[in-house]
Amino acid sequence: MKPAPFVHHAPRTVDEAVGVLTDVSHDGKVLAGGQSLIPLLNMRLASPGHLVDINGVTGLDAVDVSDAWVRVGALVRHAGLERHDGARDALPLLGQALRNVAHPAIRNRGTTVGSIAHADPAGEMPAVLVLTGGVVEAVGAGGRREIAATDFFQGPLETTLAHDELVEAVRFGRFAPGTRTAFLESARRHGDYAIAGVAVAVGVVDGVVRSARASFVSVTSVPTVLDLSPVLAGSDAGAPVGASVADAVVELVRGHVDPEPDIHATADYRRMLSAELTRRALVSALGAQDVEGAA
Amino acid sequence: MSDLSTTSAADPGGAQGEPTAEQLIDIRLRVNGVQRSARAPARRLLSDFLRHDLALTGTHVGCEHGVCGACTVLVDGQPMRSCLMFAVSAQAHEITTVEGIGNDPAAMSPVQQAFAECHGLQCGFCTPGFITTITAYLEENPDPTPEEARGAISGNLCRCTGYQNIVKAVGRAAEIRGERGEA
Repeated sequence: MKPAPFVHHAPRTVDEAVGVLTDVSHDGKVLAGGQSLIPLLNMRLASPGHLVDINGVTGLDAVDVSDAWVRVGALVRHAGLERHDGARDALPLLGQALRNVAHPAIRNRGTTVGSIAHADPAGEMPAVLVLTGGVVEAVGAGGRREIAATDFFQGPLETTLAHDELVEAVRFGRFAPGTRTAFLESARRHGDYAIAGVAVAVGVVDGVVRSARASFVSVTSVPTVLDLSPVLAGSDAGAPVGASVADAVVELVRGHVDPEPDIHATADYRRMLSAELTRRALVSALGAQDVEGAA
Repeated sequence: MSDLSTTSAADPGGAQGEPTAEQLIDIRLRVNGVQRSARAPARRLLSDFLRHDLALTGTHVGCEHGVCGACTVLVDGQPMRSCLMFAVSAQAHEITTVEGIGNDPAAMSPVQQAFAECHGLQCGFCTPGFITTITAYLEENPDPTPEEARGAISGNLCRCTGYQNIVKAVGRAAEIRGERGEA
């Protein structure tokens, strides 16, 4: 349970960090908060020869809120984003999701950008990034580029990031005014990896649902957005969700998710849980009125 | 790029299969208000650095992958897993271990006294992680409900107590802080 030997690099600038990543080619890993990487190193599931520790890089710890985005730098800790009033007000879904990211002691060290670059299907923030139509800002030897969240995630722990690239920041998209959001997940112990989780965003105009979308945690290999608008658009946002609408949501979710079984739950259980969490998240987003006729 | 490396020309794997000595780094840490230093490899976890290199064995090491919480220390006052940090990365920070919270049975901290009064420990292995976690928690939330106390300790595992007395100890610690005028 000790990491294999590695060479520790402590760059002070983004350019230096990219320089090291370029030099060490495929044998390097970026170390930010390390709350996912260090367990892998401790268990020797990964043993890179070089760690590029960016904790001393200046200029990566800012949260910037603009009309369209909440931009989060690579060294912003989950706890820092959770406490950022401007970000929480601009995009309440961030706070709703961050409360579910591991335990406080992990959130104090782990970074939001790191959990996105890590691309664990059980991670909350990749699902949030995708649902908000977010963007990954990468910098590499060839310069800077922006990657849409939907193009970024390729598979479990797999992204389109090149070996010489560092994620400088991510931008979470802000929802249109009137959008209501919720995040729900279920774990055996609060803070553990979710058995299933869901983020929902419901667009409401003049009391009528215009759009509804969801993304999932732990039940899809990459975070993808499920459009629930076909069954929810046009319904009265103030009225309880009808039983037939709820059944249609459940059908859509069951068809969308593709969970793997493991020691904690079977695939069937996770599928059932995903559908139920989505139903509850919609009820929560629409104002705590339960589904008509639901037990 | 070697100027960017905190080690010099170490090849951790041994270039042609020949073992090379692992590079050692002079690591300087401020722990419990005292400047300490020791030479250790880059891969030395903060938990092991505290225990092996600085002989501060109050911090306990359980799972070594961030699940059990036994190794929790305060980094600039915030609880973090010392098994999920490298000592070399901790150099810019102020570290507080359980020894820094209280190291004298005659002058226990509020949380330590509450654990003793409420029987919040049996074997004691997990206790340092609870003490550090709860000490930091009460700084931010001086008067938690039992439900909030449960949430506060959800990242720490105890296999002896069944947690009931630990939850009680959180509430009692809050009282003691109030009695001592620390709340």
